[in-house]
Amino acid sequence: MTGHEAKHHIVVLSGKGGTGKTTLTAAFAQLAGNIVVTDCDVDAADLFILLKPDKRSEQPFYGGKKATILNDLCSHCGLCMDVCRFGAIGNFSVDAVLCEGCGFCYHVCPSNAIDFSSARSGTRYEGSISGGSEFLSASLLPGEGNSGKLVTELKRDALRFFDQPQNQGLLLDGPPGIGCPVNASLSGADRAVLITEPTLSGLHDLKRIVTLIRSFAIEMSVVINKYDLNEEMTREIEAYARTEHLRVAGRIPFDHTVVEALQRNMNIMAFPASPAAQAIGALFYSLNNRK
Amino acid sequence: MIISIASGKGGTGKTTVAVSLALSVPEAVYIDCDVEEPNGHLLLNPVIASRQDVFRKMPQVIDDRCTQCGACAQGCEFHAIVVLSTGVLILNDLCHGCGVCSYVCPTGAITEVDAHHGIIRRGRAGAGAVGFIDGTLDVGEMSASQLIGHVRKEALPGGITFLDAPPGTSCSMIAAVRGTDFCLLVTESTPFGLHDLTLAVNVLRVLGVSFGVVINKYDGTYRAPEEYCAADGIPVLMRIPFDRAIAMAYSRGIPPVTALPELKTRFRDMYEDIRVLAEHAAPVPGANG
Repeated sequence: MTGHEAKHHIVVLSGKGGTGKTTLTAAFAQLAGNIVVTDCDVDAADLFILLKPDKRSEQPFYGGKKATILNDLCSHCGLCMDVCRFGAIGNFSVDAVLCEGCGFCYHVCPSNAIDFSSARSGTRYEGSISGGSEFLSASLLPGEGNSGKLVTELKRDALRFFDQPQNQGLLLDGPPGIGCPVNASLSGADRAVLITEPTLSGLHDLKRIVTLIRSFAIEMSVVINKYDLNEEMTREIEAYARTEHLRVAGRIPFDHTVVEALQRNMNIMAFPASPAAQAIGALFYSLNNRK
Repeated sequence: MIISIASGKGGTGKTTVAVSLALSVPEAVYIDCDVEEPNGHLLLNPVIASRQDVFRKMPQVIDDRCTQCGACAQGCEFHAIVVLSTGVLILNDLCHGCGVCSYVCPTGAITEVDAHHGIIRRGRAGAGAVGFIDGTLDVGEMSASQLIGHVRKEALPGGITFLDAPPGTSCSMIAAVRGTDFCLLVTESTPFGLHDLTLAVNVLRVLGVSFGVVINKYDGTYRAPEEYCAADGIPVLMRIPFDRAIAMAYSRGIPPVTALPELKTRFRDMYEDIRVLAEHAAPVPGANG
């Protein structure tokens, strides 16, 4: 965090999908201003729908190399099939979807019949949003993997903006789950906001992401969305958070305005009087005004 | 027949739909391939009969054979090996277990050992009527695809399997839906649901898996998802309106078909529709996984 002492690098995560990460990130982005906002859910990046960035530039993303068998040179010895651990080679051709790009086939082929080179697998782009914030996002071509690497590249761009003096913070919208793209989103952050819902699944998945984040030095705050759908479960989650010494940052009520705003591609903060916007405003204030 | 249930966007109701189908169709098996965050067990409360540890291969350097020549680091496409003056450092989080390093090492200084990766559980749910299998990835493990591959092998040929896929459109989702006989995409009546549905549709077209759509939390006022499906010739197989009773039941781990048993007929009817669609789908070359 050298050089960023006064600035915060915050990642919004949940474990379980669909608990409100993007709605909350978009609301915080609008409340903050002059920050760098980055959508790390590159599998299904939706933040642009609410923040409507002015796209400035885009760059191709190369996810990794892929093997292709050159039929003219292939002697049909089958060595490549024997060594591939991903089941990606059959009938002397490589299935590009299953190919992990390790190059084992390329190394063992006695006839130099394997081409092993990089191909474009997605796009990263940057732009700006209202309020003077920078916005970065990305997308994968259909059927492409390697979202963890894409998140890492996206964050490298984001950190470049974060280092500029006019940008007061870095806010990342994270992916669901606990795998590679989540880990890539977490590295370097100093705060994680964990948004969950009062369901058995919400709590179960929260516990798994908390266990994961324990291995990083990141301060965690818990937000319970649609808390009034099951207040008993909300209390159970808050009790869990306290035993884990997590900060319980607040509750957001179930509010149909959230769905109505979303259906019009609008930020919930465009409806400042709504119960959800009020709760998010208070939450933002409490996250920003403490020791 | 294997029917996968996927979505693109998380939290649209994949598990709710998969579990409801498994509880409505006789002699079905439910397989949870969302190994990063498996939730099916919370709704099905299975009696677990067996647990199996799953391991992945991880390189290990035999120090007295290593000459620090750097061939392993050069051969590793995932930058998982760093050669230091003091020895070779393997970054487990980046390792894909491909085996290239031990192959290229000229002195035979790299062997492979098993690292714990996750567990597979097998059991029965729904008072014994439903077969249950799930995979759980160890927290801290990066790549779910390998475990998903192991979990999928549990599907029995000839049976009816409902396979709950992870969210997203990348590695893990592809590992789960690839080569299934039909994929049910669960979306919701919002622009997020629609956007991620279109991404998932594009992936399924690349994979050559036939598919249909369920619109969950259906809202008659936002019709963009069904307009998209109509324009693209995608069958909408069910619309499930937002119902606070269903949401409440879910929050306590009660599946909708248990809370409202009259829904079972609708899920059974949908299964019949899927069966017809899957049987009439043109076989796609190279789509068998």
